Amino acid sequence: MATVLLPRSLLALFPGVEKRNDVTGATVGELISGLDASVPGMRDRLVEAGPRLRPHINVFVDGEPADLATAVAPASVVHVLPAVSGG
Amino acid sequence: MPKKVRLLVGTKKGAFILDSDEARRDWSVTGPVCEGWPVHDLIVEPESGAILAAAGSPWFGPAIWRSEDGGSSWTHSSAGLTYGDGADPITTVWSLATTPDGGIFAGVEPAGLFRSDDGGATWRHIEGLTNHPTRPTWGPGAGGLILHTIVPHPSDTDRTWVGISAVGVFETRDGGDSWVPRNVGVRAEFNPENRFPETGQCVHKFAMAAGEPETLYQRNHCGVYRSDDGSETWQEITGDLPTDFGFSMVTHPRDADTAWLIPLSAPDQGRYMPDAHAAVWRTHDRGASWICSDAGLPTHDAFLSVLREAMARDTLDPVGITFGTSTGQLWHSSDEGRSWRMITDTLPEIWGVEAVVVEA
Repeated sequence: MATVLLPRSLLALFPGVEKRNDVTGATVGELISGLDASVPGMRDRLVEAGPRLRPHINVFVDGEPADLATAVAPASVVHVLPAVSGG
Repeated sequence: MPKKVRLLVGTKKGAFILDSDEARRDWSVTGPVCEGWPVHDLIVEPESGAILAAAGSPWFGPAIWRSEDGGSSWTHSSAGLTYGDGADPITTVWSLATTPDGGIFAGVEPAGLFRSDDGGATWRHIEGLTNHPTRPTWGPGAGGLILHTIVPHPSDTDRTWVGISAVGVFETRDGGDSWVPRNVGVRAEFNPENRFPETGQCVHKFAMAAGEPETLYQRNHCGVYRSDDGSETWQEITGDLPTDFGFSMVTHPRDADTAWLIPLSAPDQGRYMPDAHAAVWRTHDRGASWICSDAGLPTHDAFLSVLREAMARDTLDPVGITFGTSTGQLWHSSDEGRSWRMITDTLPEIWGVEAVVVEA
């Protein structure tokens, strides 16, 4: 299972969810769907119609920028980060 | 039973809740709630008393937030709030309204209408509006292509009106299956080749007259209007108002002849209160004449703007009127708009104000 690390601003929307999550999936999209199965509504916060990652959501797989189709290995570490944007 | 007046204020940086007693002189401020998400509109579900907030996060997308404990804790959902993977993503929720049969409508950007029959947990697309034959011609106003106003008929569940910028008013009489543009008599001055098109009018806000479901007052980009026939035709009532332009309008909870609005300078002249002189205007004769009220408001150097959802009235007697500015000031009148006091001038940019009266 890959390790998915979630940002504080996302955790604030889902009380009780941990920052570090072990999730099964072969792609980023599958990991997010896996998260959504245990945390209903999580996918809607990260993915928009397309489907694609929301414009200001960044995902890195083992340190590399990723999209929903990016492959994930069982030992991968996946960071979900909100973009540095706003005002 | 003592009552409490509650103001629900949506801002660019979260929602705030202000409480006062019936005197409406001293207010407490709580917030921000909804995790600081931009909030356009807040309403209270009549049966449950739950607060609902229409929001859209630049990072996490659109959602309807819900609190069942007066604003202390919140949940959020956008389940079903999509046009599908082949269509444009929904960026934010602009407007909410409850229906007489316990449903909730949500208006979104890009413009469309959704309905929930489970308190906002799940949503379904009202496809009849999106599939209207004029849809390919719809164009955005300066605020985007947004469905910002929803007025359900108070007893006929098949009838609902919506307002879309810059498209106009639509009405359904069959529960949302089909929609008819209702813009006859409304000017579109920005379209000089056709000042009275079927659609393309820039409605900014409209509201139903108390006890008269066929009477609607409309604040438009190009003037102010009233319809006495359920929106089939509109008569201009701009009269001697200082400008054609403005965003907000509210109607009296018991008197069908009374409404309030805030004129703003022309779109290309700043969109603030004319001559930087703050004033709220009201009519007591269905728009035949307008009365200016500036008592307590700044009469010079007031470069204030009030957006379309940022004005509200409560249901007490006398009625309280509140408006919020795009620079974070909240003003209140507890005498039906005759005099004004500032509640606070330190909120974020205010987008929406709702006033409710609850048991203390």
